[in-house]
Amino acid sequence: MLMNDTTAPEAQMPIAPSDLDSGKTPKMKAENVNVYYGEKHAIKDVSINIHDDKVTAFIGPSGCGKSTFLRTLNRMNDTIPIARVTGHIELDGEDIHAPRMDVVQLRARVGMVFQKPNPFPKSIYENIAYGPRIHGLASGKAEMDAIVEKSLKRAGLWEEVKDRLEDSGTALSGGQQQRLCIARAIAVDPEVILMDEPCSALDPIATAKIEELIHELRGKYAIAIVTHNMQQAARVSQRTAFFHLGELVEYGRTSDIFTNPRAKRTQDYITGRYG
Amino acid sequence: MDNGTGHTLKAFDDDLNRLRALISEMGGMAEHAIREAMRCLVQRDEETAKQIVTDDKKIDALEIETERRAIQLIALRAPMAADLRDVVAALKISGVVERIGDYAKNIAKRVPEIENRTIEPLSLMPEMARIATEMVHDVLDAFVARDAEAAREVYERDKKVDDFYNSIFRTLVTHMIENPKQISEAAHLLFVAKNLERVGDHATNIAEMVYYAATGENMAERLG
Repeated sequence: MLMNDTTAPEAQMPIAPSDLDSGKTPKMKAENVNVYYGEKHAIKDVSINIHDDKVTAFIGPSGCGKSTFLRTLNRMNDTIPIARVTGHIELDGEDIHAPRMDVVQLRARVGMVFQKPNPFPKSIYENIAYGPRIHGLASGKAEMDAIVEKSLKRAGLWEEVKDRLEDSGTALSGGQQQRLCIARAIAVDPEVILMDEPCSALDPIATAKIEELIHELRGKYAIAIVTHNMQQAARVSQRTAFFHLGELVEYGRTSDIFTNPRAKRTQDYITGRYG
Repeated sequence: MDNGTGHTLKAFDDDLNRLRALISEMGGMAEHAIREAMRCLVQRDEETAKQIVTDDKKIDALEIETERRAIQLIALRAPMAADLRDVVAALKISGVVERIGDYAKNIAKRVPEIENRTIEPLSLMPEMARIATEMVHDVLDAFVARDAEAAREVYERDKKVDDFYNSIFRTLVTHMIENPKQISEAAHLLFVAKNLERVGDHATNIAEMVYYAATGENMAERLG
C-alpha cells in the first residue's frame, strides 16, 4: 500500500471534516454557489462558511475560481455584465441577493482590498474620509478626524503618515498604499474584509507588515483572503479552502491542510506537484 | 521519495531522494555493525570488533550530514504535507539509527570481556540479533517505499525480540546462580541482550515514524 492511496477517492469524501466548527454560527454562509461567465461555468456548486473570528484563505492555481468566488461575497461580480451568479449567500443570516439588500451598503459591510493598491488620487486624509462621508458616519470635522486616526492606527500606518495627512495617497510606497487601502476599507466599519492577493505587488517587508496587520485585525473582522502564496496562507489563516477548476476541493483547518490534506489534488498542489 | 507524480521543480525531488538515500546508507551501516558485532562476540574476533568501534564515527558523520541536508531542505524548499512529514521523519530516523550504531559499538566493546564461549544463551543471541536487524532493515525499506503496511508489520514483530530477551534474561540469571565465577561475563552478555532488545524497540519507533510520514495518522491511535 503506497502512501498516496490513503487519500480517499474524492467523490466519496466530504469537502470538510464533519466536526469542523459544528454548532457555530458563521458570519457568512455560501450555499451551492455557481458563477457563469457567459458559457463558462467558473464556480461549481461551492458551499462554504466564513467565520468572524477566523481568517479564511482561498488557495488554488490560476483560473481555479478563488478570486471569482471571493467577489461573489460582496456582489462584485454584479459589475461584470456577462457574469451570472446562482445559489444562496448570507451575511448574518440575511440573503445578500434579496431585493431589499442595498448593494452599496453590502459593500460597506463587506469591504474589499485588491491586488494592486488603488488609493484615490487624493490626500491620505481624503482617502480615508471618503467612505465615512458618503455613508454619513461622521457628523463633523472632529468625528471625521477621529475616524481617520483610528482607521490609520488599525492599519498600522498612523505613525508613518500622521504628519503628512494632506500628502497624496499615491505618493506613498506600495506597502504603505496597500495599508492605506486597508485603512480605507476599515473606515466604514465593515464586518467582513475580503482581500484579493493583497501582497502580490509588495516586497517581503511590506508583505510581512500586511500579514501582521491581518493577524491584528483578526477577531475584529471576519477576513477572507485569496493568495497565490501558500506560505502566506499557512502564516495568516486558520481555515484554508482549496479551489481547483471551479470546484471547492477541500476546506479545513489550515494546520491540517498543510500537514495532512485529505484530497490528492490538495496534496499535489501544496507540495508543488500540480500540473 | 516518490509521492506518485514528481515535483514540478525536479531539484526538489533530487533533494528528497538524496535525504532518503542517506537514511538507507546509514541504516545499512548500522545493521551491518550489529551483525558483525555479534559475529565477533561469538567468534571472539577482537580485531574486527575494534574496527566496528572505529567505524561508528562514520554513522555519526552521516547523521550530521542528514541533519544538515534536512534543515537546508526545509529552509530552501519549504516542504508541505507529505513532503514535510517525510523530511521530519528523516531527521528523527537518522537520530535513532545513530543510536542503533552506538549499540553495535557497545556490543563490540564487550567482545574482549567474554572469555568463556560456552555460556549457553550466547548461542541464542545471533538469532535475536538477526531478527532485530531485519526489523531495522525492513522498516527503513518501508520508509523508502512510503509503505505504511510494511511499517505496521515490523511494529508487530517487536514481540519476538522481547520474548528472546526475556528468555535470555532468565537463562543468564540461572547461569549466574549456578556459575558464580562467570557472573561478570554473564552480566556482559545480559547487556548485549539488552542492547539487542533496544534495537528492536528503536525499529518499532521508526515504524511509528514511517507510518505517520506515510499516512499523516498516528499508528497507535489508528490501530488502538
